[in-house]
Order: sequence, then C-alpha cells, then structure tokens
Amino acid sequence: MSQVSYYPGCSLHATARDYQESIDGVAALLGLELKEVEDWNCCGATAAHSINHDLSLGLVARNLHLAEKAGLDLVVPCALCFHELKMGEKALTRDGWSKAPQFPFEGRIKIWDLLTFLAQDEWLEKFKAKVVKPLTDLKAVCYYGCQVARPPAVTGHPAPENPLEMEKVAEACGVQVLDWSHKTDCCGASHSIPRPDLLHKLVGDLYDRALETGARAVIVSCQMCQANLDMYQTEISQARGREYSLPIIYFTELMGAAAGLKETRTWMGRHFVDPRPVVGVAS
Amino acid sequence: MTSNESGWQVDYSYLKEVQAGSGVELAGCYQCRKCSNGCPVAFAMDLRPEQLVKLILLGDRERVEGSHTVWICASCQTCLTRCPNDIDIPRLADWLKEQYLAKGGTPPEPRTALFHQVFLKDVGRRGRVFEGGMMRDYYLKSGDLSVPTMIKNAKLGLAMFRKGRLALMPKGVKAKGEVKRLFKELGGKP
Repeated sequence: MSQVSYYPGCSLHATARDYQESIDGVAALLGLELKEVEDWNCCGATAAHSINHDLSLGLVARNLHLAEKAGLDLVVPCALCFHELKMGEKALTRDGWSKAPQFPFEGRIKIWDLLTFLAQDEWLEKFKAKVVKPLTDLKAVCYYGCQVARPPAVTGHPAPENPLEMEKVAEACGVQVLDWSHKTDCCGASHSIPRPDLLHKLVGDLYDRALETGARAVIVSCQMCQANLDMYQTEISQARGREYSLPIIYFTELMGAAAGLKETRTWMGRHFVDPRPVVGVAS
Repeated sequence: MTSNESGWQVDYSYLKEVQAGSGVELAGCYQCRKCSNGCPVAFAMDLRPEQLVKLILLGDRERVEGSHTVWICASCQTCLTRCPNDIDIPRLADWLKEQYLAKGGTPPEPRTALFHQVFLKDVGRRGRVFEGGMMRDYYLKSGDLSVPTMIKNAKLGLAMFRKGRLALMPKGVKAKGEVKRLFKELGGKP
C-alpha cells in the first residue's frame, strides 16, 4: 500500500461527490492510500486571489504547512486547488512571501495534481493489469481546462499547450481518444454565476468543437470544468438554438468502468447528462 | 507629466505605481498581441489585454480603472504562458481589482465583484466554503431575483439534491481561530 497526502478541496465534499467517490474507488483498486490533510481549509479559489492576494497566499500557507507536517507528497484532484497550492509554494519557497510566519513551509513535499500522479508509468501499469472491460466503443476528447498546466513556471508542467496525461489514461481504458484544438481552452467556470452569458459562449464553443471531431463524450479531470460543462446544457441549448446532450466524464470514472467496478453506475448516475449509455455501463 | 508635440500627456508615475504595487514588470511589453490573440474572453472586453498594458504605460489611469477588462479576465493564464516577455497579466488584473475594491465604489462588473466577496466571506466564517449558503447570500445581495433566475436555480438545486450532490449542512475546520487570524491580519475585509 502506497501512501500520499490528499487535499480534496471544498467541492469534492459536496457538489463533486461523484468525483470523490470515483477517486476513492480507483485508489482502492490500485492500492493507493489517500490520507486527507488534517483540518485543511479552503484554498481561497478565484475569489481570494482576485481580491486579496495576501489572504489567498495565507490560506494556502496553512494548507501547505499542515501537509508538510504530515511528511508525504500531496495529491490534489481539483485543478483550481492544485493551482492555488502551487502558487503558494512558489510564493513561499521562491519569492520570499512571509506574511503568515505561523505557517512555515520549506517545500520538502511534492505537490501533484491527481491526473499527473496517476498517469505516471508505475500507476498506469498497475491500472492496465486491472482492466477487464476495455471501453473500445467510446469516442471521446480529453479536456484539461486552464489550471492544471498553466502557467508552467508555477505548475512545472512540461507541455502546457498540449498536455497528454489524460490521453494516456483514457487509452489505457481502451477509449478511442480524438485529437482536438480546444483541450486547454478555458470554460469560464468562475463566470458561471455572475456572467452566464460568457459561459454560454465559452462552453457552447467547446461543445461544437468536440462534436465536430466526432466525440460522444468529453473526459475531464477538474470538477469545476465538469460542473460547468454538464449542468447547464439545457440552458446553453436554449441560448444557442442547438440541442446539446454531451456526457462529461471524470477520467477516474472511466477507470472504474474499464476495471469493471460496479460502483461506476452510481457515480455516473449523479451527472446531469447520463454518460452510462455511451460508456456501456448499465443504468 | 510629460507632453510631446501633439500635446499628448504621458503620466509615467502611474506605470511606476502599478509595477511597484503588483510586482508585474510591464515596460517590456512590445505590443505583439499574443495575449489578446489567445485570450478566450477578449470578445467580452472593452480593452484588449495589450491595450490595457499600453494605457498603463501611457498613464491613462481613468480608462484603466474604468475598464471591464480585469473583471472579465478568467484567470486562465494563457496570456502569461505565451507572453514572450513573461508579463503576468492575470496578476496585474488581480492587483487592479484589489485596488479598485480598496478604494470603494461600484466596480465595472458589480456582480463579479460581489461573487468574490460573498465567497471569501463564507470562507472566513468556517474555513471552508458552503456552496448552498454562499449561493443564497450571492443571490440575495445581487438583487438578481427575477422569476426566470429563481426558477432556473430552483430547478438546478432540486436536481442536485436528487442526485445526492447538495450538502445541506456546512462543514468547517476545527481550528477556526487560525483562519480568523489570517483574515484579521491579512485584511480579509475587501
């Protein structure tokens, strides 16, 4: 059993329960123990860095401090939390930011986003050995959104314009992965409440491009992207005069489906657009 | 203040002020527009990112501060990733927003500002965000209580509840004092 620290973030305890459940299922399948950071707090998200820089870093400093005390590398499923934690890491270890000295952090642990962590050869080989039902009928595109890879000076990502981790995982699941131009375009999640008009344009364009490539589903690794692309399809269909019904699937759910985990049915049942028919999971 | 033959007034002090405050070096911008060409929300901006930078270089404080651009920025980091001069426009946008709110008054995108404020206030209460309570506060304060919005939100809320994705009770950190201290010391009342 390998152990890592785990920072779920606020939404994996609530609206992104499906993501959390699928992560738990896949971790158990692979023999990975996720030890939740003791008493973690919200990363501050877009709100904090938009209107209070120091508070944003202070909130992150507390989390990094708690994680470093636990001594294990830190794995983060939410792209936004990952990005904020990496911003904090840079500020505290490279830029000399020190306005929350009660939460020191020396940078002795590595911060991973969950997708990049699981796409390492070691874990991918373990996973391939568990695949019992390759999803060979599914044509899909991989959608990364903004925060996992950009900016590379903060995330350390080697290929921010063309990340390939999700493709590796999806192909291990047997999926026919299609190439497309919009894999790292922004979905505008932070605007979904105050400016839904922006969302209609950004997300609607993503649907159009995904459909043009022949995709029957979009694979994601970020619960903000998932919610943003999944929840508002009826509204976006009305706004754009085109009927959309495109399943938005977490890569961890696909791993569950390919490994024949029966819980996959429940996770996918929590979505707005039901992915089970295109994935070939009984509903 | 310097003026050239055309009478154009250039206020170099504004650039100094912005660079010192935000920590973002702007003088290296040579207007290649890579930022704007890749920006997913440039279509909704009144000033494109490279125009915003240029106006700061020229010291046009009024147009910069009155612009919707920094409020429309989605913080997607594409511009910074591609900028040949590593100009951190997302950080610049955040700094300008923070300065705007510190001065008081109604920001160019009041609902976006309110959403950030309500979110952060909710984090300050218990150290974690409670999506249900935060959304309630946002809609009450935004005044966006039109019938279509209410119906849309009621439908979404009900669907989330049915799918088991709506937390009904907030969860918080145990060490609330530590979080409250951060808010107090780092100016958590924007």
